[in-house]
Amino acid sequence: MEFDLKKQTVRELNQALHDLPKDSTESVVVNGMSGDHNVCVGMDQPVDITLNGHAGYYCAGMNKSANITVLGNVGQGVAENMMSGKVHVKGNASQSAAATAHGGLLVVDGDAAARCGISMKGVNIVVKGSVGHMSAFMGQSGCMVVCGDAGEALGDSLYEAHLYVKGKVASLGADCIEKEMRPEHIEELQALLDEAGCEDKPEEFTRYGSARQLYTFKVDNASAY
Amino acid sequence: MCGIVGLYLKNAELESQLGELFEPMLIAMTDRGPDSAGFAIYGDEVEEGMVKLTLQHEDANYHWHQLAGQLEEEFNTPVSVLHNANAAVFKLKGEESAVREAIVDYAPDVSIMSVGRSIEILKSIGLPKEIAAKFNLKGMKGSHIIGHTRMATESGVSMEGSHPFTTGMDLCLVHNGSLSNHNRLREELKAKGIVFETENDSEVAAGYLTWRLKEGATVKEALEGAIEDLDGFFTFTVGTKDGFAVVRDPIACKPAVIAETDDYVAMASEYHALSTLPGIEQAKLWEPDPGKVYFWGKE
Repeated sequence: MEFDLKKQTVRELNQALHDLPKDSTESVVVNGMSGDHNVCVGMDQPVDITLNGHAGYYCAGMNKSANITVLGNVGQGVAENMMSGKVHVKGNASQSAAATAHGGLLVVDGDAAARCGISMKGVNIVVKGSVGHMSAFMGQSGCMVVCGDAGEALGDSLYEAHLYVKGKVASLGADCIEKEMRPEHIEELQALLDEAGCEDKPEEFTRYGSARQLYTFKVDNASAY
Repeated sequence: MCGIVGLYLKNAELESQLGELFEPMLIAMTDRGPDSAGFAIYGDEVEEGMVKLTLQHEDANYHWHQLAGQLEEEFNTPVSVLHNANAAVFKLKGEESAVREAIVDYAPDVSIMSVGRSIEILKSIGLPKEIAAKFNLKGMKGSHIIGHTRMATESGVSMEGSHPFTTGMDLCLVHNGSLSNHNRLREELKAKGIVFETENDSEVAAGYLTWRLKEGATVKEALEGAIEDLDGFFTFTVGTKDGFAVVRDPIACKPAVIAETDDYVAMASEYHALSTLPGIEQAKLWEPDPGKVYFWGKE
């Protein structure tokens, strides 16, 4: 299937995609991109989609099962609340990439801006460049791999998400600490690097995680509810 | 919300097309700001010792030539008048503050939108495409231009509350965001002699820059001061006689995208507004870092 967003609306594109059968493995190409918002949101089929150009906000939001490749940059909230499948951005991503996402894999070949993986809930994220400030804020589970540097306040108020950064970290957020790289982490990281097509070695990365010292980790506070 | 767009031409051959290149950028930001819009265009510079003013009056048939005649008599110099919808551009030999005072005396109901040697500010309530058509943006020439589409949040929808705001000779500001300490800051600036016309928060940011620039700060210093002294979220674009500056608040609440080619530097709240520019597919594209002042133009 081919679409041209110079001639069709995003609504027509998304409706046609939603109308595909649940088990469809269709190959879809979308041309004529000019930073349109909400492209390919709410996918629920294992289709293969290529977006030929730059996308706007919430590209591939709520993705389930689909494999979506963007040959360009994306605006805020790419793959926000993704459930499963894969989203691969060949350019850069704006802020809040994979925000609140529960599953699947987001790969960004360039940089991701602020708040990458904010409130991540099980998604895996591999950024081949750098991430901006407040990334992985309140990350609950899943992994974030950064091959470049991380901005200020990485992993602030983190729960159980695993963070791996190869470059420099401008500063760690509240309760986020450097942690030991054990064999299971090397294995986990290697698998993600392989899946994202990165040549980097897991041993070159540093792991960060929660010190588990904030309010929610104190058993004494359980009785507050 | 609100949308911001700016276009600075590096290639002087494109100057005759500035309005034509810019109009779709402004209109593309209608979704972010449908209630009013405006732009500040730089070009057609008058020689040193002269001033160029953009004036507005509610009445599209306002007697601009009568006002021009009064100024000609007062300053004993010819005044050129270019009438555009309910605005007029006056050019005359004279000193800025004296000309300003004379206009306030002769025509207190005329709004002075901008003063400088190059700048013209045109703005109005209504859809961006209506405002572009009203002032014939498409046909305008110049070296650079910044614009704004407004979705009012902190104050009402009015011509006075729309952007760009003048911040001094050849200087103006557009703002996306909202400020939380604008009431107190307005009082502090009033005490320093800055005059405000509305309850608008962005006007306070403009007033702040006006004050800092009057005190002798450079545009860069004034914007760095704004990062410290303004509380709230903002992306600012500031137009100067020679170019424009962009700054985002330190936590980057509000979006901005920059595109650069050999021919131009363009900025917009969203990439969508840049997508009609020639050669955009090959442009260098990036988001400005938070809390950092960027400037493009002739130094």
